[in-house]
Amino acid sequence: MTCPMTDKIFKKREFADFLRALKKTYEVLVPVREQGFYRFKAIADGEEADLRFTNTRLSPKSFVLPQSERMFEFTLDEKIEDAHILKEATRAYSPTAIVGIRPCDAKAMRLVDVNFNNPEFRDPWWVKRLNSITLVGLGCSEPCSTCFCTSVNCGPFHEEGLDVLLFDLEEYVLARPLTEKGKGLLQSGGVERDADEGSRNKAHKLRREAEERITSHVPTDKLGQKNVNDLFDAPFWDDVAFACINCGTCTFLCPTCWCFDIQDEVIRGGGDRIRNWDSCMFPLFTLHASGHNPRAEKVQRVRQRFMHKLKYYVDKYKNGVACVGCGRCVRYCPVNIDIREVFRLMNEL
Amino acid sequence: MNRYVDEIRVIARKILEEKAVDLIIGFKEGSIPMMTEPVLIRDAAETDQLYWDSFCFMNLATYLPKREGKIGIIAKGCDSRNIAVHIVENQVKREQLYIIGVPCEGMVDRRRLCSLVGDKEVREIAESDGGITVRGEGFGHTLKKADYLQDNCIRCMHRNPVLYDAMAGDLVEERKDPDPYDDVREIEAMEWDERWEFSSTLIKDCTRCYACRNACPLCYCPTCFVDESGPQWVGKSIDPTDTMIFHILRAYHCAGRCTDCGACEQACPVGIKVRFFTRRLNRDVFDLYACEAGLSIEERPPLDTYRPDDYDEFIR
Amino acid sequence: MNSEEDQLSGNPYLPYPARIEQIITETEDKSLRTFKVVFLNKADGERFTFLPGQFCEVSIAGKGEIPLGMASSPTEKGFLLFTVNRAGVVTRYLHNTKEGDILGVRGPLGNWYPWEKMEGKNVVVIGGGFAFTTLRAAIVYILHPENRERFRGITVVYGARSPGLLLYREELEQWEKRDDVNVHLTVDATDDPGWPYNVGFVPAIAEQKITACDDSYALVCGPPIMLKFTQPVLENAGFEPERIIISLEMRMKCGIGMCGRCNIGDKYVCTDGPVFSLAQLNELPREY
Repeated sequence: MTCPMTDKIFKKREFADFLRALKKTYEVLVPVREQGFYRFKAIADGEEADLRFTNTRLSPKSFVLPQSERMFEFTLDEKIEDAHILKEATRAYSPTAIVGIRPCDAKAMRLVDVNFNNPEFRDPWWVKRLNSITLVGLGCSEPCSTCFCTSVNCGPFHEEGLDVLLFDLEEYVLARPLTEKGKGLLQSGGVERDADEGSRNKAHKLRREAEERITSHVPTDKLGQKNVNDLFDAPFWDDVAFACINCGTCTFLCPTCWCFDIQDEVIRGGGDRIRNWDSCMFPLFTLHASGHNPRAEKVQRVRQRFMHKLKYYVDKYKNGVACVGCGRCVRYCPVNIDIREVFRLMNEL
Repeated sequence: MNRYVDEIRVIARKILEEKAVDLIIGFKEGSIPMMTEPVLIRDAAETDQLYWDSFCFMNLATYLPKREGKIGIIAKGCDSRNIAVHIVENQVKREQLYIIGVPCEGMVDRRRLCSLVGDKEVREIAESDGGITVRGEGFGHTLKKADYLQDNCIRCMHRNPVLYDAMAGDLVEERKDPDPYDDVREIEAMEWDERWEFSSTLIKDCTRCYACRNACPLCYCPTCFVDESGPQWVGKSIDPTDTMIFHILRAYHCAGRCTDCGACEQACPVGIKVRFFTRRLNRDVFDLYACEAGLSIEERPPLDTYRPDDYDEFIR
Repeated sequence: MNSEEDQLSGNPYLPYPARIEQIITETEDKSLRTFKVVFLNKADGERFTFLPGQFCEVSIAGKGEIPLGMASSPTEKGFLLFTVNRAGVVTRYLHNTKEGDILGVRGPLGNWYPWEKMEGKNVVVIGGGFAFTTLRAAIVYILHPENRERFRGITVVYGARSPGLLLYREELEQWEKRDDVNVHLTVDATDDPGWPYNVGFVPAIAEQKITACDDSYALVCGPPIMLKFTQPVLENAGFEPERIIISLEMRMKCGIGMCGRCNIGDKYVCTDGPVFSLAQLNELPREY
């Protein structure tokens, strides 16, 4: 029998104590500002989380899908038995807590999970890592003007994918456990006091106000029913793609982009099989050994990125678009290709 | 609105109507503050989309290679020098181009502005002569534009286009005073290990998205050495050695060709000052050959030139 | 634990170790070799059950992995055959291996030719170049005494650039001698005046030889250009798009639908393919 989930509360000035307590059980990752932008980092003694951030520059997907990850190791030394045979590289999956993750980034992990954990195959590294991580979300009281989460089945206080959701009530923090994992984390963090009704009302109001502050909206209602080839052959792709320089910024910053490459690296008679983030923006992504490339042109690659997120994913999983509206690609695309405009073009075609 | 916008539109409309060009490559206003989007205009009726402000940091020469027809292109000083490099390197023909020059008093570094306001979101920008107003929730500042320029613009000696068919405004005065390589000397003054530490820290956050390379007009190779698979020259993970090889080799490929337009740095999603690599080599080329890239369409880049009377023993 | 759970709990990226037992040079330019491969662990071999049309990721430690269709039929027990064109990093390495060398095999992956639907039907096999591998597996499978009754006549149209580049020459000759197989070989060009077969591109020869659909399924595999021009030939002969079966190639890495590169629309060639009907492909963006 599990007890019902009850909202908890603690003083905001005790946040550091909360993190300190968590460190006994978890590796604790928190937002810090370093070399010019926010990022999640394992907190060391004496360091503090910086909760003034809007969001981290890179999404926290790298904690479940590292940019470069050793899959297997091998030796090529034929004097050794098992030469040329791949062995799984041993690794630990120690309990980790990401404290302060934004709800959009947590939802993104659910959207990506359907790729790595499906009825046919299960990616062992993704699954084990995700299982070992507890996601403690921090609701966005002050969303950016480029956030459009509420249009894509998400929101500044969206709970999907999170284990705990924190509400910053100025003097207090309301902590809402959402899973057994989350409840366990709050216990480890010494958060025991039940929230009173007043605080719960404040949290409710905070959420409503934040949702109202999202002023950027995109239409998605017609994407599912559109004919895929009509969208594929749409006249707007050349214009959308013109400015694109085919860098990997959008895909690498995106919390829902998961594509990867597999590479072998050898040094001194032994080596590793490594998987690295890859990007559909790169021509090499689809280049055949024969020289044939089904997506040789920039416009084809740009189309692929948007079609994947806003049509192929929609059709394949019937799970909405593969976008959580975090706005990173909008803010950091060096040539200002704005996915919100592409939503409009595709939906209104 | 910036004073050059009207003039850019007038010229663009005229050359499209007169069919002097088939298309124009310019900027349009961005969808968010402090951003602009490169745009291709084919129709005179659409020239009102063209825009100009202090955030036109991309170098439009990037969009030139392999383009057919008569091309109108908007160019600030550094961009015009890149166009010259492209002409010298046979990527585009001079006759193909109609260059609308824009005198430049420097592009504003949006990251510098953002850190001024403590990474709060900038929701509105307004420019006046020499000034810039930044507004967001709970703040508003009017600043001197000159204090927030991109690093390359602070040291720029060629603010006027060196090559143009029409100008969108009067030439601005070139500055004589900047010390163009103060930053390079600062690093050279470091001890070796200190310098290595400096460069390693510099690229620590590199995700190898190649935005720097792809924003660079000089990186037009059909297949970049990092993408070559037979043979594969460099590993593809974020191993620091491989990342360093990418940055150093890219800088070498640009030596004597780089016009220090700063597009690489502005494009970088994690704010790496990649110009430290290219500038060091620019300085060497300047010292060794008294050459700055893209000032002429007659002369090939110094590292691309051979003379039988070269004074160096090894090359003869 | 049932077998499905077993598959999910294992590591789908881990290749089974295998040994190269024999290397056969197939073509006169030596660009194509067939590798006979045996699993090192008997249990891996027993677990490995497949149908013609499926593929594997063949893995070379230190070089990488490539998708290769099985050229052998499951009726050929105890080994797998892979016919490999020398093209990229892994295949160049493979061409320099020797018998006894170790590699890895991951699979079987992907779907297969629609064997159930083809029962009781004629089968037309059209192949070009080195893409004939899984078609060879299909023919061997049909001709096996256990299966022969399940299918009707077989027509084969197979072409290569020149006579010396045709794969499996001995088998082709044996099939020719049979009453139940119609073999039409062709080459793009030859200077051999004694060449007894056809000269011309595969689609053109197919147009001459396949004039009726006659309760048939067509299995087609070849380079993109051949696929493009063979489709209308078959449609003109009366084949419904549901009965034109095409096996596609695509750059792949994971082979299990995760790495994201081999998609055509919302389908992955590695898991939803490599075998598609033309009817399916007609619904998808033309991006292959």
